[in-house]
Amino acid sequence: MNGADQIVKCLEAEGVEYVFGYPGVAICPFYNSILDSKVKSVLVRTEQNAAHAASGYARVTGRVGVCAVTSGPGATNLITGIATAFADSIPLVCITGQVNSELLGSDVFQEADITGAVESFVKYSYLVKDVADIPRIFKEAFHIASTGRKGPVLIDVPIDIQNGLAKKFEYPKEVKLRTYKPTVKGNALQIKKIVKELDNARKPLILVGGGVILSGACKELKSFVEEYSIPVVSTMMGISTMPTEHPLYFGMVGNNGFPCANRAMKEADLLILIGARVADRAVNQPDAITKDKTLIHIDVDPAEIGKNAGPNIPIVGDAKSILNDITEYEIDGNYGEWIDTLNKYREELKIVRKTNPKFVDPAGFITKLSMKMKDDAIYVADVGQNQIWSCKYHIVKQGRFLTTGGMGTMGYSIPAAMGAKLGCPKKQVIAVCGDGSFQMSMMELATMRQHGANVKIIVLKNNYLGMVRQYQHFTYKDNYSVVDLDGSPDLEKLASAYDLKFLRVLNDNEADKAIDEFLKNDESYLMECVIDPMDLV
Amino acid sequence: MNRIFSVLVENRSGVLSKVAGLFSRRCFNIDSLAVGETDDNQVSLMTIVSSGTEGTLEQIEKQLNKKLDVIKIKTFEPTAAVSRELMLMKIKYNKGNRNDIIDICRLMKAEIVDMSSNMMIIQLCDTPDRIKVMLTMMNQISIVEVARTGTLALSKCNEND
Repeated sequence: MNGADQIVKCLEAEGVEYVFGYPGVAICPFYNSILDSKVKSVLVRTEQNAAHAASGYARVTGRVGVCAVTSGPGATNLITGIATAFADSIPLVCITGQVNSELLGSDVFQEADITGAVESFVKYSYLVKDVADIPRIFKEAFHIASTGRKGPVLIDVPIDIQNGLAKKFEYPKEVKLRTYKPTVKGNALQIKKIVKELDNARKPLILVGGGVILSGACKELKSFVEEYSIPVVSTMMGISTMPTEHPLYFGMVGNNGFPCANRAMKEADLLILIGARVADRAVNQPDAITKDKTLIHIDVDPAEIGKNAGPNIPIVGDAKSILNDITEYEIDGNYGEWIDTLNKYREELKIVRKTNPKFVDPAGFITKLSMKMKDDAIYVADVGQNQIWSCKYHIVKQGRFLTTGGMGTMGYSIPAAMGAKLGCPKKQVIAVCGDGSFQMSMMELATMRQHGANVKIIVLKNNYLGMVRQYQHFTYKDNYSVVDLDGSPDLEKLASAYDLKFLRVLNDNEADKAIDEFLKNDESYLMECVIDPMDLV
Repeated sequence: MNRIFSVLVENRSGVLSKVAGLFSRRCFNIDSLAVGETDDNQVSLMTIVSSGTEGTLEQIEKQLNKKLDVIKIKTFEPTAAVSRELMLMKIKYNKGNRNDIIDICRLMKAEIVDMSSNMMIIQLCDTPDRIKVMLTMMNQISIVEVARTGTLALSKCNEND
């Protein structure tokens, strides 16, 4: 047995189903060993997408996503995917091949200091120096990635370590890390303070972030707010914590959010942040959320509390555990009047969009699509105008909404949807992107086909990098610079080249029929919706 | 506002770069940094002096705590610690100023540890403030080069400890 065999054994011990990756000489011992295992490999077409696919897989399964690439350019190509997972707190274990350890530091072919390069985007990284350390390191890596504030962990394995002879395989049962003990249970005194604040509040509001989904606390949150009628708003990463049409849910906050959600944030007298970072997209002016109201911040990462806004009551711990603890108390609050006010705002502050009948209206189209999608479908939005329309107009029922809210990496949707589909093969998985983001990841159509990941893809085509064009429209008075996508391929021909079914929708009248056809069965589909190039989010 | 962070870390390769990288990435100041092994050879102690607003200093501690190689952090105000720094200073001298230099060294409790016919090396181990005084005093004389360790600090002895 060699080091590579041991790595595969570690993955088996962790119950890993898929490794997303791209081989090269420095990771070949691993890819040789994996042939004898039931762990399946998925060959992406560029390394960045290995991390995105692993991220999609991790988010829908609640398990750790795994990717494995070679040294040098393989490893550096992975960095954007790792940084994306880090910003969104997605648990990944990324294995990189490395040159022979005796040659480290001598700039030989395909050598890159990957542990140094990813330092600010990983929760932790290892450079394996002894084959005997492999089981311990992998045990620790999976533990670190999936506990506390989740995130990517990188393991760099020189080729001689992969080829090195190892003794009998013994996977540690426990992790011994003296420096790592994330707080799960919230402080009881602080929890009592939340209850007291809720007793006294007249206008409480909960802002949920991605942390609630990551801790698996959606059910707990929903039953808690339903019991006491507490209204909820969310950040972009918090979308799909609550069904969109839930009477207590008032939408996404922030620059691109719903006016009624932002109004609720402004007027609340008690704001409870759960698993949300108070980043600029969601909370433009952090000072404003500490003024005239009590701020409670619940987060598993103590460094997030007080980083952007100083709360009155900080609570460190896991969202699920804390929500469970709160429900043990009776809350004496009546917020009926506040809910009425918010419902009034919901009506008064409805967004009215100007639409152009010559094109497909992306907002209306996305809503139509979501109504026809299966209740538990997974919707993956890319980055750009398509992301904002998706956040605003996709109606989540019982399904999931995935996007990269933290890093905003274009090209995320197709590989992430592919990973999600492999993780949940029975669920309907739909990726929605723009023609810019589609072209950043269209090479993965081959991967989808090769591995039978039947993702349905919608391209909102406006022949522009729409979000940048919109920014240039407002900031540079329509002085467009490097945003038109002339030269893009004919998507019908592209679909045919990949043997994919294809549909083109030119206006809203065609939408209903097209969506029915698109969703009819489980096969992959590419649908192009031609939208107004001048449309704004 | 100044604060001393006494950070116990795993004695592994790359840890210094991770800690230093954290400071640069988050735009935290490092006024001084001193690293050395402790009585346990698996553990090193980093003594970092930093300055910033109360919020920044709190973030420094929290972000350091997130690093998996960090075992324990103690923070204290400079007044609550015994701090020392070691400075070696090479200067050029001549007949005219030799006695003055020797006087200053005597007053500052600095030692002359090496000497040639026109140069000497002065060693001073003292508080960061007195190191500064020494530098000012010697500025009038021709300094060739200066090496400083950065501040080392331990919290003051407390009867309750």
